[in-house]
Amino acid sequence: MREEIITSGRMNPHIDPHLEIWHWHIPLYLFLGGLAAGILFFAGLYTILGKEEKFAGAVRRAPVIVPFLLVIGLGALFLDLRHKLYFWQLYTTIKLQSPMSWGAWTLMGITPLSFVWAAIHIREFFPKWKWKFGFLEELEKFFVQQKQVLAWIMVILSVILGIYTGILFSAFNARPLWNTSILGPLFLTSGLSAGAAVIILFSRTHHERISLAKIDVMLIGIELFLIVHMFMGFLASTQVQIDAANLFLGGPYTAPFWGFVVVMGMLLPAVLEFLELRKFKIPVIIPVVLVLFGSLMLRFIIAYAGQMSRWLY
Amino acid sequence: MSNSRREFIKISTLGTAGVALGAKYLYSEVIGDAPLRFPASEGSLRTPTYCEVCFWQCAGWVYKNDSGEIQKITGNDDDPHCNGRFCPRGTGGVGMYHDEDRLKTPLIRTSERGKDTFREATWDEAFDYIAEKLKKIAAEQGPECVALFTHGSGGAHFGHLLKAFGSATISAPSFAQCRGPREVAFITTFGDIIYSPERTDIRDTRCLVLIGSHLGENMHNGQVQEMSDAIDKGATIITVDPRYSTAASKSKYWLPIKPATDIALLLAWINVLIENEWYDKEYVEKYTTGFEQLKAHVQPFTPEWAYGITTIDPNVIRETAREMRNASPAVIVHPGRHVTWYGDDTQRLRGVAILNALLGSWGRRGGFYNPEKMKLPDYPVPPFPKPNRMPQDAYQGKYRLANEVVSNGLCDATIPSVERECNIRAWIVNGTNLMAALPDQQKTIDAINALDLLVVVDTMPVEITGYADVVLPECTYLERYDMIRQSPHREPNIALRMPAARPKYNSKPAWWMAKQLAGKLGLEAWFPWNDLEEVLDWQLKQIGSSLDEMKRMGVKKFPRSYDDLYFAPGEEVTFNTNSGKIELYASDLEAEGFAPMPVYTPHEEPPEGFYRLNYGRAPVHTFSRTANNPNLTDLMDENTLWVNPKVAKLWGLKTGQYVKLKNQDGKVSTFAIKVRVTERIRWDSVYMVHGFGHNNPRLSRAHGRGVNDTELVTRVHVDPVMGGTGMRGNFVTFVTDEPTDGKEAGS
Amino acid sequence: MRYAMAIDTKKCVGCSDCVVACQTENNVPIGYCRDWVVEVTDGTYPQLEIEIRSERCNHCDNSPCVRCCPTGASHYEEGGVVLVTPHKCIGCGACIASCPYDARYSHPDGYVDKCTFCIHRIRKGEQPACVAVCPTKCMYFGDLDDPNSAVSKVLKKRKFKTLIPEAGTQPHVYYLI
Ligand SMILES: Nc1nc2c(c(=O)[nH]1)N[C@H]1C(S)=C(S)[C@@H](COP(=O)(O)OP(=O)(O)OC[C@H]3O[C@@H](n4cnc5c(=O)[nH]c(N)nc54)[C@H](O)[C@@H]3O)O[C@H]1N2
Ligand SMILES: Nc1nc2c(c(=O)[nH]1)N[C@H]1C(S)=C(S)[C@@H](COP(=O)(O)OP(=O)(O)OC[C@H]3O[C@@H](n4cnc5c(=O)[nH]c(N)nc54)[C@H](O)[C@@H]3O)O[C@H]1N2
Ligand code: SF4
Ligand code: SF4
Ligand code: SF4
Ligand code: SF4
Ligand code: SF4
Ligand SMILES: [Mo]
Repeated sequence: MREEIITSGRMNPHIDPHLEIWHWHIPLYLFLGGLAAGILFFAGLYTILGKEEKFAGAVRRAPVIVPFLLVIGLGALFLDLRHKLYFWQLYTTIKLQSPMSWGAWTLMGITPLSFVWAAIHIREFFPKWKWKFGFLEELEKFFVQQKQVLAWIMVILSVILGIYTGILFSAFNARPLWNTSILGPLFLTSGLSAGAAVIILFSRTHHERISLAKIDVMLIGIELFLIVHMFMGFLASTQVQIDAANLFLGGPYTAPFWGFVVVMGMLLPAVLEFLELRKFKIPVIIPVVLVLFGSLMLRFIIAYAGQMSRWLY
Repeated sequence: MSNSRREFIKISTLGTAGVALGAKYLYSEVIGDAPLRFPASEGSLRTPTYCEVCFWQCAGWVYKNDSGEIQKITGNDDDPHCNGRFCPRGTGGVGMYHDEDRLKTPLIRTSERGKDTFREATWDEAFDYIAEKLKKIAAEQGPECVALFTHGSGGAHFGHLLKAFGSATISAPSFAQCRGPREVAFITTFGDIIYSPERTDIRDTRCLVLIGSHLGENMHNGQVQEMSDAIDKGATIITVDPRYSTAASKSKYWLPIKPATDIALLLAWINVLIENEWYDKEYVEKYTTGFEQLKAHVQPFTPEWAYGITTIDPNVIRETAREMRNASPAVIVHPGRHVTWYGDDTQRLRGVAILNALLGSWGRRGGFYNPEKMKLPDYPVPPFPKPNRMPQDAYQGKYRLANEVVSNGLCDATIPSVERECNIRAWIVNGTNLMAALPDQQKTIDAINALDLLVVVDTMPVEITGYADVVLPECTYLERYDMIRQSPHREPNIALRMPAARPKYNSKPAWWMAKQLAGKLGLEAWFPWNDLEEVLDWQLKQIGSSLDEMKRMGVKKFPRSYDDLYFAPGEEVTFNTNSGKIELYASDLEAEGFAPMPVYTPHEEPPEGFYRLNYGRAPVHTFSRTANNPNLTDLMDENTLWVNPKVAKLWGLKTGQYVKLKNQDGKVSTFAIKVRVTERIRWDSVYMVHGFGHNNPRLSRAHGRGVNDTELVTRVHVDPVMGGTGMRGNFVTFVTDEPTDGKEAGS
Repeated sequence: MRYAMAIDTKKCVGCSDCVVACQTENNVPIGYCRDWVVEVTDGTYPQLEIEIRSERCNHCDNSPCVRCCPTGASHYEEGGVVLVTPHKCIGCGACIASCPYDARYSHPDGYVDKCTFCIHRIRKGEQPACVAVCPTKCMYFGDLDDPNSAVSKVLKKRKFKTLIPEAGTQPHVYYLI
């Protein structure tokens, strides 16, 4: 028998019996960030492609909610900080090796951009909108002229943001479950898929809906592929990573992961969207909600399970 | 989660005013000085002390932080007890001072005993109450009927008071519950005791044999340090312990002996040394008597014979004997310290003494050195009145070889009996939690119920204070003067304890209490000074030092009066025994009608479904003394029950599960204990650390945590030689049908 | 200069004095610790073996905690000592998650704290508090670049290991085995 004990005790509440430093804030923040990245990505993309009219939902309508998503996300992140009064220290350095730093700066760029984007499309919702001050009118005009530039920046930043939501975890070598390069692409894909789903909700044309549903089905396919790869990677790796994978393969996270994330959040909406493409009448809201739910659960489960996985020595 | 929410609310309610405040805070925190938060500098004033967390009495320095709070304690580099390094308990001693559960003011009982209902009193009231009762007892039956039970530094002051009062009825649990058997065995054999700190020359030994001495868990500092030095120097360590102790894990040989069979192993070792002529012939010839009788006596006790009893492989017995021989005379068969195990303990320790004699280790480098003590003259007071009865009269005819007073004997003598002309009617209990220290709690309670007066002097509300009529709160050792430490060592030395801070609450030092009580009893003549500083300064000046000097130095060493740390080659030595020689054949044991040479007698084995209750020490705790210490409970706040995996499987026990225990007499533990399934314990025993399971709810951290081994020690095997209370002949079984989840309320 | 610590698992008795001394020296709040003691028992009664290790931050050469810190609060000081500057720390917890040894804790005041190698003492030429107190003298501290330092000498003489070398952190706390 092997017995390993910490004889001096170590009542560190964040560490023992397993890491518990991040609660709901971080996964929520990552979900909202990923979703925002997804929406802005499509908005930017269709603008660049000059398909603004055909994809009005993506370009003009859905992005209006992005500032809210980002503000709520940032709020959650702020709540999670334990030394809150010092949060501004984030903006005193740029640390390329730190995903947190990256994320902070990316958000610093993308959040104002999302406000601008929402502002220049505000008449989509309030056709009679008038800016109170003249200089705001001027500004709006300026931004509308520069829309292509904005779109480019938005596409780039949203990809960075999307990847960042995954890299934040995968940078942690210390937590075997997170220590996989697949998390970055997986979270990006999941964010894009969630973004596409939300756009479907906002789009008014059948064509736009169908196009995005196609994209979504494809993205879900990629996600599933990445998940399979992630597990293959784990199982082919060291014991600690095998242990990490086992959290999902018989361990405590098996049911929530396969049930909520894979079946309810990916397979089911993919099937529904596929049926819709085959001209079945499916209420739009159902697959959308399922995708969003799956995307949120993915972050929650990876965040919590990752904190349970550790090196043993 | 809830925490961060609270934080958020705190911040958001700061509101606009908060912003301004926050800015200021930020400024001072950030733009202001120190980039890192470091503790107070060492430049702050330090004061000397010697530690009271156990009885090793290491000397050290107390440091305060910038706000004048006691911050840390470190060892004094010049102190031979600690060599500048305290043990974890001593380092955590700050917690005794900071403990908010401390006794804060004198208390007087308002209801029946054991109920723990008191009213707060002034010191004057408390002393009047005590003095009145003491005077009455002295008038009716004589002052000898007032007994003092004491452990630790306060004993000197209350002892002085009691002697002035006319009583010599003074006892400590450190004899009959602890070292007694070894002192008696070594007096009988070598004519001298082992002392504290032990005179073992571990630093220079080449072979250290530990028989149930679990150094490393038993943190008696100097010995642990020297054991480590010995490991460094490649000494062989042999550990005899049924449990895989920490010391066992450091040993070249671990002999997992069947409990209660050590005498058989000792006899076999003696047999091997003699049969193979591996003993120190010259030494034995020159210094000992009774060798031939011993040789004849041990002849049948071969390793093969011992194997059947101890389960130790005969080859290992021979091999370890050879290791001892090879190292001889730099070998120590350690006498241990808490040795009251099975009731034949003096005889077992005689076996240890004889082995050392055969190996020639007594008086030799790497064996047992000859300690010397710096003795300070007593402050002049009138001679004490001569008591009419001595404490030994209480247990007439028994334990005549005991060189100290037998505490359980006094306990017996408190319970009225027709055989005695008088029984003890008042106890003053200082610094010993008798409810945890004395086995057979029921007897202690019976004795207490027969008392007219029970005064308890303590720092903490422990079990015994719950039975007191009057509780006197002593301040901790960090807040007071005490007598100069004068303990024997390689180099004579003294150490000072002075207050590092003013006593917290309404607590007072023992010397002050003794002096005040003396005033109430009309005994001022024996306390002719104003405060203890006066006494210490006078004493120190007699030996060419002073209080001022000692405040600076903390510890002062003196040269030895003779160069006699070890025997000189060929030196003639007269031992303080009947024969003047080392007695392998003990004449005084024989004279008292006991076996002059140790014999093995089998002890009772656990009945079906029961396991022997084994107990010991944890490095971070001293008995019940530290059980509520915030710094130390942080590291260990309950004891666990060590259970062998086979036993655990049989009973379906899992690590972390709580169980109660029931002993052979049907006594069930008050609280539940957490199971620790471990290979380190045999399948016929369970093990726990002594000092837990407190039932005084005023101990907020200790109450209900773990099990008190003492309450399960209802069967006591008294050593007929010296009255020691053998406590390891108790057996327990698991109570799993009552669902329990550790800390329990009430009771 | 490269500070390092070597801890002799053969002499350590697991008494936890290093933990208590660290707490009183560095004001570590009750309920938290910068160092801790691990005891590993292997085997079956009576064929047993114990390894005892006093553990703390390894002051890694390649520390993930410094890398992932967004504000630079976690940084290297002289001799490679890894420190946290409380007023730069935002309490994001990234470094706690990044340390494979679980050496960091979130201080109740909000910032993250951990072993400092007692840099305030070493700067004065003293030993870290845990090293200075250890009753078995089983800890050695010093400069790896100085061949005469206690730690260099003992590492030359004895076999040693580091914890989770596979994590690639290059620890500077060595365990003598
Ligand atoms: N940390 C700490 N250190 C202390 C103390 C403390 O409270 N805390 N108290 C101090 C005091 S006052 C004393 S007296 C000493 C006591 O310290 P020791 O004299 O070392 O201790 P014991 O309690 O006699 O021995 C406990 C060991 O005896 C073993 N044992 C049990 N039964 C048998 C048996 O039948 N045969 C053999 N060979 N071994 C057996 C147990 O498994 C355990 O390892 O410790 C001192 N040191
Ligand atoms: N079951 C069982 N019984 C045992 C033992 C065992 O291992 N198991 N061990 C035995 C041994 S070896 C010994 S030495 C005895 C020890 O027995 P005790 O001497 O009773 O041991 P402690 O728990 O150290 O002493 C305790 C009391 O002193 C108080 N105290 C602490 N500091 C001060 C102070 O400065 N002033 C005053 N006035 N009081 C103070 C504490 O609060 C505590 O109530 O127990 C013996 N009894
Ligand atoms: S051994 Fe530890 S508890 Fe005992 S006196 Fe020394 S430092 Fe204090
Ligand atoms: S103080 Fe020394 S012996 Fe005690 S646990 Fe720490 S390293 Fe080990
Ligand atoms: S042990 Fe952990 S906290 Fe210390 S330097 Fe290495 S990674 Fe950072
Ligand atoms: S918690 Fe503090 S030290 Fe750790 S990574 Fe965040 S800012 Fe840096
Ligand atoms: S080096 Fe200092 S800070 Fe680090 S564990 Fe030791 S005492 Fe604590
Ligand atoms: Mo003792």
